[in-house]
Amino acid sequence: MSSNPSDSSTPRGEAWVWFTGLGLIVGLGMVVGLLSLVILNGVTVFWAPPVPVAQIDDGRTIIGQLAQRRIRAGSPANAPRYELQYQVGLRELNGNSYLWVDEAKVKAETFPADVLGLERVENGPAFVRPVSLRKSDGQTVLVTDPSFEVAFQAEVASASAVREKLVEITRHRIGDVNAEMDAARVALRRAEDLKLAAEVAARRGQITSLEQRFAALQAEAAKVVAGGAVASLVSREASGREVLVPLTQVIRGWFPNRLDTWGRIQLFSSRLGEFIFDEPREANTEGGLMPAIFGTLVMTVFMSLMVTPFGVITAIYLREYAQQGAVLRIVRISVNNLAGVPSIVFGVFGLGFFVYVLGGSIDQLFFADQLKYNNNTPVFGTGGLLWCSLTLALMTLPVVIVATEEALAAVPRGMREASLAAGASKWQTIRDILLPASAPGILTGVILAMARGAGEVAPLMLVGVVKLAPTLPFDAVAPFLHMDRKFMHLGFHVYDLGFQSPDSDAARPMVFATTLLLIVLVVALNIGAIWIRNRLRARFKGAAF
Amino acid sequence: MNPTTPSRIKVRPATERDGRKDYISIRDYGFWYGQKKALDAISLDIPERQVVAFIGPSGCGKSTLLRNLNRMNDLVDGISHEGDITINGRSIYDPGLEVISLRRRVGMVFQKSNPFPKSIYENVVYALRVMGVRDRAILDEACETSLRKSALWDEVKDRLQDSALGLSGGQMQRLCIARAIANRPEILLMDEPCSALDPIATGKIEELIHELKEQFTIVIVTHSMQQAARVSDRTAFFYLGKQIEYDTTEKIFMNPSQAQTEAYISGRFG
Repeated sequence: MSSNPSDSSTPRGEAWVWFTGLGLIVGLGMVVGLLSLVILNGVTVFWAPPVPVAQIDDGRTIIGQLAQRRIRAGSPANAPRYELQYQVGLRELNGNSYLWVDEAKVKAETFPADVLGLERVENGPAFVRPVSLRKSDGQTVLVTDPSFEVAFQAEVASASAVREKLVEITRHRIGDVNAEMDAARVALRRAEDLKLAAEVAARRGQITSLEQRFAALQAEAAKVVAGGAVASLVSREASGREVLVPLTQVIRGWFPNRLDTWGRIQLFSSRLGEFIFDEPREANTEGGLMPAIFGTLVMTVFMSLMVTPFGVITAIYLREYAQQGAVLRIVRISVNNLAGVPSIVFGVFGLGFFVYVLGGSIDQLFFADQLKYNNNTPVFGTGGLLWCSLTLALMTLPVVIVATEEALAAVPRGMREASLAAGASKWQTIRDILLPASAPGILTGVILAMARGAGEVAPLMLVGVVKLAPTLPFDAVAPFLHMDRKFMHLGFHVYDLGFQSPDSDAARPMVFATTLLLIVLVVALNIGAIWIRNRLRARFKGAAF
Repeated sequence: MNPTTPSRIKVRPATERDGRKDYISIRDYGFWYGQKKALDAISLDIPERQVVAFIGPSGCGKSTLLRNLNRMNDLVDGISHEGDITINGRSIYDPGLEVISLRRRVGMVFQKSNPFPKSIYENVVYALRVMGVRDRAILDEACETSLRKSALWDEVKDRLQDSALGLSGGQMQRLCIARAIANRPEILLMDEPCSALDPIATGKIEELIHELKEQFTIVIVTHSMQQAARVSDRTAFFYLGKQIEYDTTEKIFMNPSQAQTEAYISGRFG
């Protein structure tokens, strides 16, 4: 061994390399853990496992899908006792969809082939053993009949078709009439107030005709209901009590113990499709998330569209035009600190400034009639898509400013000089040379801003996100995109499901599924932006600056 | 009409020298970066359509002087100057003269080739574009003329729309020359244009300088005394911000009047 420490064969400082590696491992572990938890729990929500019929010690029989298995509270650590949670459904009879049972008290579990799972419009799912089907043509098919399943699925499909037609009439067409009616009533009040006799008469006529259309639609809806399927399913619940389920209530029925793998995959995709493309039901604990996905997407895109020009312009001024000095340093420090302000503060500011001051002024200026003749109902003076986008744009502004400044500073000095030496003005140099060259860096900032904005919830709760929005912010009525409307948001949806839901057991799987969807959406947005950035980068490839 | 024609500029009576009038006049010129004096009492006249080389050891101020001829040093904070520089009789510090129009008349080629991340075509016509020229025919014509003058046309005429960043180092530098002459400036400043190039590319650029001299007044800063001797008509030697000697290249290299000049060109210092 050498006595001279400087040529010792033991490398120095290696321990610290391991230490930094440890930091990375902890970080990666957390990310992987989080993702696998969310993905595992989120994806299995839509999977239909076999459903047991369980005999319990106390003589009860339950039919239910196993939801959770956990160690009983107070059981000894060396010999843990487990309890099982079954989703038994039939909330209207049982009072609760879920049931905890001591595992030791489960005597026997069987998987009879006739167990039927039902997803229903109301009261959540049900697990029953069918007895017979009364078809809409009056015939009765017994469960023992081999054609039972085919007949049952056909009746469910025709009932679904009727239900969709009803939704089309009641929600969309009657909704349109109602919207026109509201507008006409406001116009009538205004005409009466201003004593415009001709207009009063015209509006009255309009309202009468709208009322007629409303009545006609209601009659049509009633006819659809009357002419629709009256099929119903006679079945028994676990204890043997007979349950009559009208098929108009059934969205989907499946025999969980009879399905092969392919059938389960089909059921899985059908449920996943509903989750992504349908509207929510039952206080958001069931059905789909379309409005929330759409709201999140539109809001994030608008936020990016607003934050990018503001941030870039500010950064250009700070970097290229402003006198570098003490004042500018203070401005820079303030901008950086803005990034650390809690997001709820931006929410309060958004509510106070955007909604009440800006929105209120817009209403005073452009919607004065609306305010006066519609019980002071605000248009822009209340939370909405526009204010949410602006609030988040403000919140993410520092990210874009800092990224743009760095990108501008990183443009090689030679390019700037070459442009100026060619007789370009400063603005031409910025527009033609600096901005294109720094576009990838600017987009990095926008990506970071989007990632932060898409996942933000707290400020949105104050400026326009709601639990359930009756209409999408986008429809066929001009101006097509309604920036004043309130909307749904995935992040808020997670909060609402998890912590505001009356049935937390029923909401739990949806919380994971929604979280997964939110992550997927943010990742998708980022991949889109990164793709654009890489295309831009490719244009500058091989630059020998 | 050539948009760069300096119609408003008074023409000073020409001082005949080798049959040419002086074009750039530098009079008692001093220059500071903040508190540091970079140039001191420079006075020299540059005749039109000749090549003048600035030589001297690093830090002697030759690049600073070159970059002041088109006021590129304006980008640096805390600069100041004394004395005056006139081009064709008009001071470059004339408040009525916009720096942009000065730079349109004084083209510049830099030490490191600095093409824009655009197509070859867009690089060449950039100076015309920023002047507001939109006519495709004029742009095409200017592009071809400049590329021919910079001896690059035959190599790139089939890929004008390709990125300029795919060219070789020598081609890039010739592209930068094409870009600098596209709007037909009167003066071309070259700041060590060959320092990053191999001997073959250097040879091409030097040939180019010989040809360009027919139309442009060229000021070149170089570290290579052979290059100065090869390309220039007149040479100025600077040392520590001072102008030591300025004369015809032949005189400077064959029979310098100052001992410092002789020491430098014979390689004894610097």
